[in-house]
Amino acid sequence: MKKKPNKNTDIIVHNDSRRDFLKQSTLLTGIALTPEIAVKAAENQWDEKLAEAIEKIPLKLEINGIQKTLSIEPRVTLLDLLREQLHLTGTKKGCDYGQCGACTVHVNGTRVLSCLTLAVMHDGEKITTIEGLANGDELHPMQAAFMKHDGFQCGYCTPGQIMSAVACIREGHANSETEIREYMSGNICRCGAYPNIVNAITEVNKGGKNI
Amino acid sequence: MNQFQYSRVTHSNAAVSAVSKEKAAMFIAGGTNLIDLMKRGIVNPTRLVDINRVPLNEIKTEGNSLIIGALALNGPVAESKLVTEKFPLLAQALNAGASAQIRNMATIGGNMLQRTRCPYFYDTTMPCNKREPGTGCGALEGFNRMHAIFGFSDQCIAVHPSDMSVALAALDASVLVIGPKGERRIPFTDFHRLPGDKPQIDTNLQAGELITSVTIPDNGFNKNVHYLKVRDRTSYAFALVSVAAALQIEKNTIRDARLAMGGVAHKPWRLTEAEKFLIGKPVSEASFSEAAKIAMQGAKAFKYNTYKLTLAPNSIVQALKVAAKLV
Ligand SMILES: Cc1cc2nc3c(=O)[nH]c(=O)nc-3n(C[C@H](O)[C@H](O)[C@H](O)COP(=O)(O)OP(=O)(O)OC[C@H]3O[C@@H](n4cnc5c(N)ncnc54)[C@H](O)[C@@H]3O)c2cc1C
Ligand code: FES
Ligand code: FES
Repeated sequence: MKKKPNKNTDIIVHNDSRRDFLKQSTLLTGIALTPEIAVKAAENQWDEKLAEAIEKIPLKLEINGIQKTLSIEPRVTLLDLLREQLHLTGTKKGCDYGQCGACTVHVNGTRVLSCLTLAVMHDGEKITTIEGLANGDELHPMQAAFMKHDGFQCGYCTPGQIMSAVACIREGHANSETEIREYMSGNICRCGAYPNIVNAITEVNKGGKNI
Repeated sequence: MNQFQYSRVTHSNAAVSAVSKEKAAMFIAGGTNLIDLMKRGIVNPTRLVDINRVPLNEIKTEGNSLIIGALALNGPVAESKLVTEKFPLLAQALNAGASAQIRNMATIGGNMLQRTRCPYFYDTTMPCNKREPGTGCGALEGFNRMHAIFGFSDQCIAVHPSDMSVALAALDASVLVIGPKGERRIPFTDFHRLPGDKPQIDTNLQAGELITSVTIPDNGFNKNVHYLKVRDRTSYAFALVSVAAALQIEKNTIRDARLAMGGVAHKPWRLTEAEKFLIGKPVSEASFSEAAKIAMQGAKAFKYNTYKLTLAPNSIVQALKVAAKLV
């Protein structure tokens, strides 16, 4: 697909095709790894019967200010709903077991781990992800501070770090380096960008803006 | 994760009857432990009964006792004024657990029911009597660095991982539950059990019983308290050993004491003999060392956790010193 040579869309096109490739390739590995019994079940349409027995649950969520009416299986985590069904892939899956903080989002204004909660448990609630933080083209002060202070290297932990950092200030737990380190300990950075992350948070906190 | 049915309830009674109808039905509160275990195939409920909309999240005082609803969240409880002013030991223990995000999700009821972090329990390819009764205990002869030094059996040497529960055991708390047969109150020190020959059962909670609240009597332990947690990294790690220490001091003499340890047994380990010893003794490192010696009687280590035989008494002394403001 050809697009106008616009700098911004170029990046998006690039991301899109890379993501599509990743999706297709995971689909293929999925099939390659499917055990025989599952293939047999699919041939005999057993899994459809099973699927009917497990009802999908209707679900209303406000995600980044937009109302969504969805229907999902109860075992879908909030993280998988965001990434796989709503394609909000800014929220990252690091460990999927609550050990890294990459999946941090805000639910009704408080920070939580989206990998350890089921989407159905949040009917009627407000979810904010990293995609909902900026004000249009204007970066959120924490996003700007992370860029200014180089608060990342590979960037994988960054959406979680930023969501957590915003909450850390709102909670009033960013008053010293020790306090920031303690209250940010749920966000692991394998690149070790911690000193710069602390600097970014300190600066935003001292700025005193209502974030 | 296996498939399951989902029901949402808004009353305690509805929760109890929904979970009692189906053998493998379970309550879900914060989900921070249950979803982890379900993803790994360690726990496989056929139905989850979501109790998050049952109004059980109040924190209040009745007379001089503190009552915390089972669905109150760990973070907000630790920050609540009622708790920080009158029961700072509980606030410290809660804040020592997990991360800010997890504390915003974890409930008081769910916290005390979290399962062990024994690596053999977590690894479904390994033997574990707690996960699969009769398969043996992998830790007994295996990598047992995190394991118990008190109260274990030849079936299981796992420890209970909750920090909050250590403080609740020290503070004479009790748990109110409602079940198919009605309401009952369980003293916190009887809530968890030792493994014996049924390590698959962590607590004395009966099938279908829902925890509704926790009560802590006002026993005046609000000035000289300390929760010490020793772990592999400064934050966001489970305890190797932890100590909840609370003293009442009058003119340099100990009037009353409460002590409990975490990371050393299948349940929060209350140190009643050491407490008794401390009453009437002068506030000094010598008294604390003697109490620690008494507390360690009967301790026995395994191949990789002998360090706990030194770490535990040292931690008791240190926690008492900080509580007494000697350091
Ligand atoms: C990475 C990580 C690090 C952690 N570190 C620590 C730590 O350092 N210290 C610590 O103490 N904890 C730690 N935790 C554990 C955490 O505290 C628990 O997962 C949490 O407290 C469980 O509460 P929950 O509400 O999420 O329970 P859930 O996961 O919802 O439920 C746990 C169990 O309790 C049952 N249950 C829940 N509520 C009730 C009720 N009212 N009545 C009857 N049954 C009920 C459920 O059926 C389930 O069996 C950590 C967890 C993670 C993931
Ligand atoms: S992906 Fe949720 S904590 Fe790692
Ligand atoms: S920037 Fe690479 S993990 Fe944090």
